[in-house]
Amino acid sequence: MNVPTDLKYTKSHEWVRIEGDVATIGITDHAQSELGDVVFLDLPEVGRALQQEETFGSVESVKTVSDLYAPIAGEVIETNAALSGQSELVNTDPYQGGWIVKLRIADPAQAEGLLSPEDYQGVIG
Amino acid sequence: MPHKLVPQPKLIFEKSSPGRVGCNLPVADTPEVDLKKALGPTRQSLHLPEVSELELIRHFTNLSHINYGIETGFYPLGSCTMKYNPKINERTAMIPGFTHIHPMQPADTVPGALEVLAQVQEFLCEICGFDSICLQPLAGAHGELTCLMLIRAYHESRGEGATRRVVLAPDSAHGTNPASAAMVGYTVKTIPTDASGGCDMAALTTALDETVAAFMVTNPSTLGLFETQIEEICRLVHEAGGQVFCDGANMNAMVGTTRPGDHGFDCMHLNLHKTFSTPHGGGGPGCGAIGLKAHLEPFQPVPVVIRNKEGKVELDDRRPHSIGRVSAYFGQFLMEVRALTYLSAYGKERMADISRHAVLNANYVKARLKDVLPAAHDRPCMHECVLTAQEYKKGGVRALDISKRLIDYGFHPPTNYFPLIVPEAIMIEPTETECKETLDAFCDALIAICEEARTNPDLLHDAPTTQIVGRLDEASAVKNLDVRWRAPQKVGV
Repeated sequence: MNVPTDLKYTKSHEWVRIEGDVATIGITDHAQSELGDVVFLDLPEVGRALQQEETFGSVESVKTVSDLYAPIAGEVIETNAALSGQSELVNTDPYQGGWIVKLRIADPAQAEGLLSPEDYQGVIG
Repeated sequence: MPHKLVPQPKLIFEKSSPGRVGCNLPVADTPEVDLKKALGPTRQSLHLPEVSELELIRHFTNLSHINYGIETGFYPLGSCTMKYNPKINERTAMIPGFTHIHPMQPADTVPGALEVLAQVQEFLCEICGFDSICLQPLAGAHGELTCLMLIRAYHESRGEGATRRVVLAPDSAHGTNPASAAMVGYTVKTIPTDASGGCDMAALTTALDETVAAFMVTNPSTLGLFETQIEEICRLVHEAGGQVFCDGANMNAMVGTTRPGDHGFDCMHLNLHKTFSTPHGGGGPGCGAIGLKAHLEPFQPVPVVIRNKEGKVELDDRRPHSIGRVSAYFGQFLMEVRALTYLSAYGKERMADISRHAVLNANYVKARLKDVLPAAHDRPCMHECVLTAQEYKKGGVRALDISKRLIDYGFHPPTNYFPLIVPEAIMIEPTETECKETLDAFCDALIAICEEARTNPDLLHDAPTTQIVGRLDEASAVKNLDVRWRAPQKVGV
């Protein structure tokens, strides 16, 4: 399973790419593999302030519906518009084209608590 | 062995030939009206199929041959109890005395129908160990919803309606449980399952407080395992002031053997269309009857069907605290006739045969498959077994591939990917109505398929190859649903 070394992770299978004060968030290759073909994403409004671990949306696949959790607190500055027509990007390109939401990070210290690639590899076994 | 792909049938629209008719009407002895003039171009724009009677009969007969149901083959769809519905149920449901009455007739003109309702209620009360049964809910989830409405009314009557706002449900629950709770306005909290497949008692104890309205428990659980701690669970929830609802989807494992009412549950729903052999889904409307203990009776839906001291059945509307009707009239009345037929055919003495044979069959399948598809939890199962296909995942084969391949071997696939807590879940519920030869043929097929998964996984990836359609693109089917036929555009028009 692909676990890029330049990202941070959560136990609930989100990945986070931190660039300056912006965090880009998606779901991991493992998560998309377990979910199966993604058919719909429920995404938050731009401008919404999220607390860490708050549910900000859901991802619906042919198998199930699963909540999305904010890995760190922040304000939603952009959601991936491409996903409304091409939800399959979450399956085919989970770490690039399939990104889900961008947050303006509220508290950079929270990033320290996220899982390293090695730790996340341990979570998924 | 797999057969080859059969040709895709044409739609009835595609068989249409302009001007062809199914019957010739006699010459009219009244003034004729030109339909084209009278109706305008309406008929043409509808593109109604124009076929002969024989073409029509062949079309639908051939379609019926491609259909698969319990009457064509084994249907081990876990959590659905696809048992055979004896034909005598249909005979009794067609008795003119039942089909030619109207629900708005005065009650004293339909004593036979009221007697049916009362007898079904009495049977179900005794089987489930409750004080009352209400037959109004029209499906299982409707029964859940009604039970939660009763629980809400009960808490409100005690002045705790505003504080008790949380409903607990296990992580293995049917999706309808949290949905029903949300529909009644409750917040849902999930209780994890422990390593043995039972309720995590420590997590339950932590979650129980004065905000909890109810715990929704499926017993046996969706893992096909009996919740052995159920009496303690009910005691703890009651101690915290909550109510315990039993999701009765799996009642087939307990009929005649053990009773949810005795375990401590306050209310439950039943699926007559699962456990008591009335038709499922498109085959006939469902019935999600509910059972309740005496303390919930003041709130039950009206009219309540009761038997008075003289033995006469009456309708009782005098329930000032009732939550009201939850469906028109008395639910799906003819389903209740079918269920009564089934219950009467078994009788009290043989009722336990249902659960004993259902449990035996599931354990037989589990034991025969243990080397190729091990159970998610290694303990005796109830009426269904939840197996895991996880070991095939590294070779690129998923539970879905195994199930699709079963179609090529002539079997309906079992339930996949449920409960969600079991990786690559395959949930098999054989029911009591299958013989050993059928179970063996099914197990032989699954064993052969698991061997194919190791040696030739593409056979599974390509499956099914013997049906009118191959592997469906489920994602596109959800995203780009298109079930409408469109007339081909005529060139130059």
